[in-house]
Amino acid sequence: MPLEVYLNVAVSGLLTGLVYGLMALGLSVIFGVVRVVNFAHGEMMTIAMYLAVVLFAQFKLDPLLMMLPIAALLFCLGYAMQIGIINPFINRPEHMQFILLVAVAIIMVNGLLIVFGPDAQSVQTSYSYDSFALGPLIVDATKLYAGIAAIVTALALFGFFRFTTIGTAIRACADNYTGALVVGLDVKRLYALTFGIGSACVGAAGAMLVLLIDVTPALGPAFTLLAFIIVIVGGLGSMPGALLGGVLIGMTEAMAGLLFSPSAKSMFAFAILVLVLLFRPQGIMGKKPS
Amino acid sequence: MTRKSQHTDAPRARVSRRTFTAGLGAASLGAAGLMTLATPHLGRAQGAPLKVGVLLPRSGYQAGIGQDCYRGVELAGPIFKELGLPDMQIMNADTETSVDVARARAEKLISEGAQVLVGAFDSGQSAAIAQVAEQKGIPYVINIAAAPQITEQGYKFVFRNFTTAGMILNGAFANQKEVFAITGAAPKSVVFMHVNDTFGTAMEKGIGAVLAKVDMPYKIVETISYDPAARDLSVEVTKAKASGAEAVMLVSRLNDAILLTREMVKQRWSPMAVMSLGPGWYEDQYLKTLGKLSDGPISLAPWYDPNKPLSKQLEAALAKSSPGVNLNTNHVYTFEALLIAVDAYKRAGSTDPNALADAIRKTNITNNTTTGPGIQFDAKGQNDKLQISAIQNRGGKLVTLAPKVAANAQPEWPLKPYDKR
Amino acid sequence: MIARLLQGVPRRALALLVVLLAVMVGAPFFANDYLLTILILVLYFAYVGQCWNIMMGFAGQLSLGHALYVGLGAYTSAALYVHFGIAPWLGLPVAILVAASAGAFIGFLAFRFRVSGVYFAILTIAFCEFARIGFDHFRWVGGSGGFFLPVTNYTQSDLWNLRGKPVMFYYVILALTLGALLACHLLLRSRMGFFWQAIREDEVAARALGINTFRYKMYAVIISAGMTSVAGVFFAFYYNNLFPEQVFHISRSIEIILAPIIGGIGTLFGPLLGALLLTGIAEGIWELMNALGFNPPGAKQVFYGICLLAVIMLLPNGVWPSLSRALGLDKRTDKEP
Repeated sequence: MPLEVYLNVAVSGLLTGLVYGLMALGLSVIFGVVRVVNFAHGEMMTIAMYLAVVLFAQFKLDPLLMMLPIAALLFCLGYAMQIGIINPFINRPEHMQFILLVAVAIIMVNGLLIVFGPDAQSVQTSYSYDSFALGPLIVDATKLYAGIAAIVTALALFGFFRFTTIGTAIRACADNYTGALVVGLDVKRLYALTFGIGSACVGAAGAMLVLLIDVTPALGPAFTLLAFIIVIVGGLGSMPGALLGGVLIGMTEAMAGLLFSPSAKSMFAFAILVLVLLFRPQGIMGKKPS
Repeated sequence: MTRKSQHTDAPRARVSRRTFTAGLGAASLGAAGLMTLATPHLGRAQGAPLKVGVLLPRSGYQAGIGQDCYRGVELAGPIFKELGLPDMQIMNADTETSVDVARARAEKLISEGAQVLVGAFDSGQSAAIAQVAEQKGIPYVINIAAAPQITEQGYKFVFRNFTTAGMILNGAFANQKEVFAITGAAPKSVVFMHVNDTFGTAMEKGIGAVLAKVDMPYKIVETISYDPAARDLSVEVTKAKASGAEAVMLVSRLNDAILLTREMVKQRWSPMAVMSLGPGWYEDQYLKTLGKLSDGPISLAPWYDPNKPLSKQLEAALAKSSPGVNLNTNHVYTFEALLIAVDAYKRAGSTDPNALADAIRKTNITNNTTTGPGIQFDAKGQNDKLQISAIQNRGGKLVTLAPKVAANAQPEWPLKPYDKR
Repeated sequence: MIARLLQGVPRRALALLVVLLAVMVGAPFFANDYLLTILILVLYFAYVGQCWNIMMGFAGQLSLGHALYVGLGAYTSAALYVHFGIAPWLGLPVAILVAASAGAFIGFLAFRFRVSGVYFAILTIAFCEFARIGFDHFRWVGGSGGFFLPVTNYTQSDLWNLRGKPVMFYYVILALTLGALLACHLLLRSRMGFFWQAIREDEVAARALGINTFRYKMYAVIISAGMTSVAGVFFAFYYNNLFPEQVFHISRSIEIILAPIIGGIGTLFGPLLGALLLTGIAEGIWELMNALGFNPPGAKQVFYGICLLAVIMLLPNGVWPSLSRALGLDKRTDKEP
């Protein structure tokens, strides 16, 4: 195969990986700080995607412009979820949290099915089919925008956690739960904030993704699983880690699709997950567990 | 996890009176559910409407297709009246896209008095229902399911008015030749892309043997199989484009058909033709989502003959009930499954399952909609007379190119390049 | 022997147990085939729930990939039957061996490299997904096209080849469920059972007490995986067709763990009670909504989700512990967790 094919696949894999990373950022925040196994992650993303579809269909609002408003809406949803149902489960065992969020996911998926019906919905913008050609290299425009959005979001989160008081307080909760309680931090509120911020990332990602993938109610579970893989590979609570994990998975899948059978490409993602779990359980960019 | 020690003391939480009554409430709801199961609603009346149990995946990941099939059910009632056929009473069941549920619902419908079963789009669910129907001796008419094995089990109560993978392949290549003959052009090489699911692999397995017999003008230069749940198909399209093939032949579903088209546009690849051997490319959702980019692909699939009077009737009825929806395979095959049941009831004059099954076996309906001479079943309960149509997307509508008797348009060839639209 | 088994079980519980047993054995005489199908599903989920409970409820290892062992059992026995004509009861030991080896492999990797908690759970999902995609490409057993067992007509039940009417399958799964119940009762009271519970409560402390935690966690995985594969054999011969997308799907693994968690994790009767409740609730909602004439696709699952949410929020220990207390069954059974 000519070299340009490899080049095209590599670039496409890189951008797809960044999109994956964008999708996983929210989970990284939630799973990394609140330590709740958010198995409704993909479903929340689906809700954000439907919001983008509705806003576009009703008011012709471009999803790229709607990233922030949708993020704000999802922040409220996340905040309410943490206050309403998840906080009592913070100290319960993982399998309880798991079932709780599975129940939430079931309600979300089927609620969406009732409201929007089963057919795939999409957003068609003027730039939906654009691509840039640099000699033999062809770059998908929307994927490029999504990749940039991923990097910007990651930087913003990184800055928030590093340089703001609330961000530092949240990191303190993540690092030392008991210590945070002792120094008098309102952990429950901080957790709700964190869950909200994670959900806002999910909202931004959903608004972006709707340009690339048509949304159906049943889309959630696959995203959830992928996001968990990326977050574990990249390292819990690490923003650069989530992006790196996404890129690693995206590139591996792309190359595996090129060199082997594309239908088996996700096997390679799982293989990476297993290797990371065994040899670097804290993830590529993660801190050693205390 | 760092907070392990805190987790372990949690399950010892005390139970208050309030939480306990809530638990009891849930328990009694469950018990009530089981109680209602224990009382079957029996009772059959002569001359009454035929009770038809319709099983479709109306929720779960096949919900879209299941609900589309249901449109065929909604069309059936009024048209049967016009045709002077006996009344039927539809008993609905949702298989929730699960084999377990499909089986349980089939049992339930029968226990509630269903005299014929119809459904269930998917091969796995249909196979599960077929076992129940056979065991109970209740006739079961499959609307759509292509796995050949279902009618190879020696069943006596299971009938399928749908093409198997082998029939689709044979018909597809015959139709392709017809199209090539009309246009006077044909690709010399094709790349074959298929989704790696039940239908996709059944087609991929059969294609080699069929191609060896039919002498096509092209060679398959590469076969690419991809994941049905794929979120991104850019690599697949890059690979197909790099194969240098003149045309692309595919077996896909709906979502991947849309994804593949987008990738072809973005990667600036316009093959001479897109020939699909299955669903996806002709579906309304495809046409609606892609607009003018949806024009051109040729689908070689089980379809209806637009020149038959009953087809025209169905088209008119659908235009009235669901404006903007094109009549498609899901509607007509579900409609015909019901037609078979009611027609048999008329001839048998009884709801006795054996009499009904005998009547279905002797079915000979020529006033139908699907492409081919009509509906008849062979000894295995398979309608082996069904034919495949070649259809093309044109401006949001679908036209039939082949076979000749069912054609209503000339092919547009080659595919109009995506960047010149 | 029997006296030893019943040691410490209160009279009331014994009486209830006998009634329950009588109802279950007698069910086919008054139940119609639909109810029987539902009961088979209940018992199936009770059985696999019980097997999963060994790993999670007894030894504290959260597996979210138990569909893997069901699938391996199903495919192994079905392949032996279809390709070599080996009867399921002869294929069963092979199936158990295959699934137990897979369990041992996963367990070895995880426990050797100290993967635990959520990470362990994700690892089990990964292996199950791995198997799903692998079997999609495994042409010898049909790949993604599905694997079909020949179905002959059911004029009589052939227990040896597991070909027959639902009644036969009902008694087979009933026997399996009761067997698993008995096995778990014995396991819980064995030395190993106490070690497991020690590991579940505090692994570090257990190790400090000199318990070889690695070895006993391995036993839990192997026993659980082996027992689960038996359900797979049942599944293969009951449904007669297998598709990797159905068998190994993550939603299958989730279904398996719902019953024991709702019923009461780590308890003996939790899985059975949970399966009964969940199936009853699902069917009850369906009936209720049909009666109300409001039943759009998806509505049933929404209410099912709400019920699930309610139970998990209000009864964190599951239904069984509260129920047994209310019925006065917990006296003198303080050994049972």
